[in-house]
Amino acid sequence: MKLLAIDTSGDACSAALIFDNSIEQRLEIAPRRHGERILMLMQALLDEAELQVIDLDALAFGCGPGSFTGVRMATAVIQGAAFAANLPVVAISTLAALAQGQFRRGGQRHVLTALDARMGEVYWGCFTIDNNDLAVSCAAERVCAPSQVALPKRADWFGVGSGFNAYAPELSSVIGHSLHGIDPFAHCEAQDVAVLAAAAFDAGQYVSAEGAMPVYLRDQVTRCQ
Amino acid sequence: MRVLGIETSCDETGIAIYDGERGLLADAVYSQTAIHAQYGGVVPELASRDHIRKTLPLIRQVLDHAELTATQIDGVAFTAGPGLIGALLVGAALGRSLAWSWNVPAIGVHHMEGHLLAPLLETPAPNFPFVALLVSGGHTQLIDVQAIGRYRLLGESVDDAAGEAFDKTAKILGLPYPGGPELAKLAERGDATRFRFPRPMTDRPGLNFSFSGLKTFALNTLQQELPSAIDAEQTRADIARAFEDAVVDTLVIKCRRALRETGHRRLILAGGVSANQRLRERMNAAISAERGEVFYPRPLFCTDNGAMIAFAGWHRLTAGQYESLQFTPRARWQLMDLPPV
Repeated sequence: MKLLAIDTSGDACSAALIFDNSIEQRLEIAPRRHGERILMLMQALLDEAELQVIDLDALAFGCGPGSFTGVRMATAVIQGAAFAANLPVVAISTLAALAQGQFRRGGQRHVLTALDARMGEVYWGCFTIDNNDLAVSCAAERVCAPSQVALPKRADWFGVGSGFNAYAPELSSVIGHSLHGIDPFAHCEAQDVAVLAAAAFDAGQYVSAEGAMPVYLRDQVTRCQ
Repeated sequence: MRVLGIETSCDETGIAIYDGERGLLADAVYSQTAIHAQYGGVVPELASRDHIRKTLPLIRQVLDHAELTATQIDGVAFTAGPGLIGALLVGAALGRSLAWSWNVPAIGVHHMEGHLLAPLLETPAPNFPFVALLVSGGHTQLIDVQAIGRYRLLGESVDDAAGEAFDKTAKILGLPYPGGPELAKLAERGDATRFRFPRPMTDRPGLNFSFSGLKTFALNTLQQELPSAIDAEQTRADIARAFEDAVVDTLVIKCRRALRETGHRRLILAGGVSANQRLRERMNAAISAERGEVFYPRPLFCTDNGAMIAFAGWHRLTAGQYESLQFTPRARWQLMDLPPV
């Protein structure tokens, strides 16, 4: 399996390459400079592995939710690269990748993800790490006020993402009793996108370049629609 | 060299392929006008969301139409500014990544240079040097063009662009968005002798423009005349005609002045407003009376399109200019800051 994944959905900009069961990642905190960096990071990984784009089996990207501009950038970069090299594309939720990252770092198997969606809302997801050590969504991802979040009943959730920083009191009052820890400063990382994408690819869950699309969750972007 | 051009700076997705030997091989434009019409103007986030859906399918369509495979593209040109930053970013990211994956050079093109060079896609094409009037919804600029990349600003609008004044006045007259072409249509039925609007800044030397006063003049005239009007629709048409005549006359006067000041004989018009029929007629008459020549793009290439980006990109790529492995579109970018070829 040779798979290159990227994420530009937040302040971090990252690329990861799965090659021969090993994974390499390049990550930079580069707010508003993703366009200067992302292709360089991708190229650096390929150079190191002595691969070209056409040698890959698939491309993957964090498709959102996150910064609208950021998820569109990842989408456009992957659309272009995949079209030119005729590669399949795997779109991975940034919330799922965030949960996968928490499992990688801390081993927690029940992860709530909340990204600051601004305008008084969070991008919200609930994930369980399955027997294959992969994050699986256990409730539909949504954008909502922190007071509106819902979660499957159990008492040992771990919270991750900027939403737990931006709306700490609100979230704590609603779900505090079910939380046994939080990490409000974790980023979505391409290596976690890559891990989930490799499994999805094996399961046949991929699309063509044109099928690669962002997932915004927030679809109401004008006032008088 | 064969260049794929990508334009996504505002509310049109434009894709084209230009070949140095065979000329334009394919061109397609998808307009988002219907999406933005209900808001009375372009909504940037909706524009970006539509570009990401339309750009790649349009690229495939254009390649198919030209009967080209991907390996027959030698370079990629994308609009890198000025324009809506989110919209620009879609075309820039996709274009730069395509070029990276194809392993061909890429170039970020200045949108207004695209417009400025569009008349060179026609036959006969103007030779350098010439004066260019770039006249659209976002720009009204007179430029002394010595060669590609050798531009000197002669004058520009100090407030509204001419196309912007058209659109705003159309709104005042109750015309649907985008109002400019609708206003021109209404003006055809107007009586040119009923109202006379001022020709702003023509009574003093200089090549700058000001169009914001004209829309106020139109509003005042409408409010004054409408209550007592026997035929309100005719009054609207008469105002549209007086407005259009004022803008056209002003542009003609300044273009004539720019040719005299520079000593050039050739004038090119480009940008959305350059499709205006009355402007073309009056400009042709005025400039040929001075033994000058006027050049235009075909009407399709007056508005935003991929052909002009592919063409401008081809010029720069064949001159050995290209981008490093990044894309950094700019919302604001002065044409005069471009390097020569």
